[in-house]
Amino acid sequence: MRKLLLFSVVILVGLSFIGRLFYLQVYNTSEYNIYEDNAIRKVYDYPKRGYVYDRNGTLLVANQPSYDLMLIPREVKPLDTAEFCQILNITKEDFTRIYKKAYTYSPRLPSVFIPQLSKEDYATLQEKLRKYEGFYIQKRSLRSYQTTIGANVLGDIGEVNDAIIKRNPYYNMGDLIGKQGIELSYEDILKGKKGIKFIQKDRFNRDIGPYKNAVYDTLPEPGKDITITIDATLQQYGELLMKHKRGGIIAIEPATGQILAMVSSPSYNPNLLVGRDRSKNFNQLYRDSIAKPLFDRGLQAQYAPGSPFKVINALIGLQENVVTTNESFGCRLGYYYNGRRLTGCHSHSSPVSMNAGIAESCNAYFVNVYRRIIDKYRDPAKGMNVWSDHAKSFGLGEFLNNDLSVGRPGRIPDGDFYNRGYGENRWGSTYVVSNAIGQGEVEATPIQLANMAAAIGNRGYYFTPHIIKNIEGEIIDPKFTTPNYTTIEKQHFEPVVQGMFDVYNKGTAQSLKVPGIEICGKTGTAENFVKIDDIKTQLTDHSIFVAFAPKDNPTIAIAVFVENGYWGSRFAGRIASLMIEKYIKGEITRTDMERWILTHSLEDEYKKPQSGQPFKINRETTLKVIDLKQ
Amino acid sequence: MSASHSGEVISYFDMNEPYGKQLIFIFLTFGLIAVILSIEAKFYERFASIIYLASIISLLGLFIFGKEVNGAISWYGIGGITIQPSEFAKFATSLAVAKYISDLETNLKSIKDQLKLLLIIALPALLILLQNDTGSTVVYAAFFFVLYREGIQQIYLIIVITLLLISVFTLKFGIIATLLIFGIVLILVYASRRKKRGQILQLFGAFVLIAVISVGIQQFYKNMLKPHQKDRIELWLRLEKDPQKLEEMKRTILYNLNESEKAISSGGLSGKGFMEGTRTTGKFVPEQHTDYIFSTVGEEWGFFGSAFVVLIFVLLIIRILFLAEAQKNHFSRVYGYCIASIFFVHFTINIGMVMGLIPTIGIPLPFFSYGGSGLWAFTIMLFIFIKLDANKINEW
Repeated sequence: MRKLLLFSVVILVGLSFIGRLFYLQVYNTSEYNIYEDNAIRKVYDYPKRGYVYDRNGTLLVANQPSYDLMLIPREVKPLDTAEFCQILNITKEDFTRIYKKAYTYSPRLPSVFIPQLSKEDYATLQEKLRKYEGFYIQKRSLRSYQTTIGANVLGDIGEVNDAIIKRNPYYNMGDLIGKQGIELSYEDILKGKKGIKFIQKDRFNRDIGPYKNAVYDTLPEPGKDITITIDATLQQYGELLMKHKRGGIIAIEPATGQILAMVSSPSYNPNLLVGRDRSKNFNQLYRDSIAKPLFDRGLQAQYAPGSPFKVINALIGLQENVVTTNESFGCRLGYYYNGRRLTGCHSHSSPVSMNAGIAESCNAYFVNVYRRIIDKYRDPAKGMNVWSDHAKSFGLGEFLNNDLSVGRPGRIPDGDFYNRGYGENRWGSTYVVSNAIGQGEVEATPIQLANMAAAIGNRGYYFTPHIIKNIEGEIIDPKFTTPNYTTIEKQHFEPVVQGMFDVYNKGTAQSLKVPGIEICGKTGTAENFVKIDDIKTQLTDHSIFVAFAPKDNPTIAIAVFVENGYWGSRFAGRIASLMIEKYIKGEITRTDMERWILTHSLEDEYKKPQSGQPFKINRETTLKVIDLKQ
Repeated sequence: MSASHSGEVISYFDMNEPYGKQLIFIFLTFGLIAVILSIEAKFYERFASIIYLASIISLLGLFIFGKEVNGAISWYGIGGITIQPSEFAKFATSLAVAKYISDLETNLKSIKDQLKLLLIIALPALLILLQNDTGSTVVYAAFFFVLYREGIQQIYLIIVITLLLISVFTLKFGIIATLLIFGIVLILVYASRRKKRGQILQLFGAFVLIAVISVGIQQFYKNMLKPHQKDRIELWLRLEKDPQKLEEMKRTILYNLNESEKAISSGGLSGKGFMEGTRTTGKFVPEQHTDYIFSTVGEEWGFFGSAFVVLIFVLLIIRILFLAEAQKNHFSRVYGYCIASIFFVHFTINIGMVMGLIPTIGIPLPFFSYGGSGLWAFTIMLFIFIKLDANKINEW
């Protein structure tokens, strides 16, 4: 028995060791991954980020080198701090503070001493740097905007956050990534591919040579250049016109769906988001909850579209065969039902047929047409669904599925929507007449309205609005080159287009005519409300305008939306006409109209809700006039 | 290692690098083996006392001429070479123990002879402890297996096991719980005894003794141990419950073990390959060429390689045990048992420590860890036995 003690203990120990080894090496382990091995330093070689050109080949976004002054605290030798601080334009306290912070982070690892030195500082420092041991320069590539416009289009790049790193292992701490605009939506194309070097470290985090003789190392692949559909001249002009107003302009080339201009106002200089002051400037923009400069009003401003939506109802009425172009309806300053006025109207000749209905933007006419569409079937929900499907075929009421980084779906209600709200069979067409005139539950964004104008200009189809024109060595997504057909037959468009043409000819926009260009348009005025101290308060109406030109084979479709601009032709109509002239002719002949826009500001209007004082709206307001000489 | 990365040809015999030194020691070992095997087998038995004496003197000499490395005065420095006499003291003590036990006049059941044997074993152990080499001291516990095999009373085994249990229970569960557990065991023992008279007093006495030991151990743990030793035990018994503090401990005092477990774990099933271990190359595990060498085996050779190493150690120890039992000469048998026990203790403590199974105690893994003294001492130890074994046909 005594012989067996050591023998059995040896066996026991051997078995438990093998068990432990199995647990450590086989059971409790994941497959070896070099990226997770902290004994291997991954050094990245950053590629050139792709350039961005406008549709005419003008360079909009390039790169610029930026120089970070780095230090490794342990390697710093006593130095002439006075001279050093003078070169860098910092105080001695700054020096001590940053040095201490870096030392606390790690004495052995590099820290940024001063990020993004100016070219001048870099030049002076470079000559003297060898005197300061432990300091060195690290080059980084930043964006360089060759323009001051299009901040909302171009977007910006910034450091990745933890959530992105977790989702996409390509990115590492400190990498730059597109944050907004095309930088965000075309990040994958623009970023290229990082090169990587694997370096063996020791436990003090020091490099001791390439891992496995660098067989796994790769070279960086430069990012691809892209050409966007924006016309920089038109974009710039649009931004100029939108000064002192809030709102958005979207211009589209109907034949291709390419976005020619995408203005959001107020905007900012994209160069603000580059360099040392990026986060300060970004915070300033981000915190401006009143003007919201980061809110892209061309893409995200979802409001009742107002009268431009009437043309859709006209088209649906014709398609559903509930109205003919010649049939007329009377209008006594509105539409009456059982002696009750359901909707008002302005004064114009009565009765009106379709052409005059559009040209004069008669509310009563469209309530009649709309009620016939809904009441065509015994179940209003069914009529509603039919109407809804037609409207949606114009790209309304849903995300356009395009290549822009932000957007809103808008809203086109259907039968279910009202069944939920009122209960099944407990509502009828009279409940929903506001939709007839683009108020009520219908909502759309400017880009959806511009796209709607393009579809009408094309007589029944549209290309998904997009911003990419060309990618170096690649073809763009085929969904942008395939037409989307509306559910309205082609022959129904002519009378509607004629109506829109007559808006300029003899209707609500006759003062906006541009000599030599046949423009078809539609004015819109949308009531809007805000809550001030929990009280629903009406503000001055939004000014909306939708147009395309020329009448046949249009080259531009446009939607303009000006917050609190009052009636459609007042601000939005003028701006749309000027944009069309600028794009088609390249110059402005209606200088009177241009001058009016440039000299009239809505800033007083925007101050009202915040003023804390009672204020007047619409008819009772006056515009602030700017003296251009100042 | 850095030389291999700059593309230079590695000189395996570079005396400035540990691997160069070790290779030279390995080559010299062959000469040593030849010397050991060529000496008459009886020499080791006859000169056991003298070898033991020489070893004790060499240990004493350290107090005067010793060189301090890492807080321990365990080395003689002669030129560029350092010699660690405590490594050689193991086989010297084994020879002395074998010699004493195999003496016909020795009666292992007598307390007097037991005390003499204890002196033989404890003397070098004490000297080594005084030189601050706790790890090497622990190895002398190996001789218990020898004494037990050679016939000391059964009660010693019971005492040793009970002491171990009391220690672990006291530290892990506290004094009250320990007394409760042992109280129940004693009551069960009492219930199972047929002859109950007088037993109750005996068992009560045992209970009081256990209580005293339990309190003593706790006091010893609280007041006598150094903080780092306490931390090791605390971690081993998982006494720290606060996960935040545990993380902190893992980064500081547990750093070695943590890195070593990570290195072993990263080896996976089949390892990263010879000289391909990223944690080994980066020297992430401190002392990875000495006490923590097994972590490199684990990283570079994976489960297959490290399980193989465990297996050959088990086979080596069992083989020595079988051979020892087969010896006709009593001296040879005891000596064989001694070295089997010593190999076992080194193997168990070293690998157990590297894998986090037992508290950190710094002793080398035989034939793996860097160190000329260790390599030679284990070689001498093993080959004396081989010589003795080769001589067994001449015995009768």
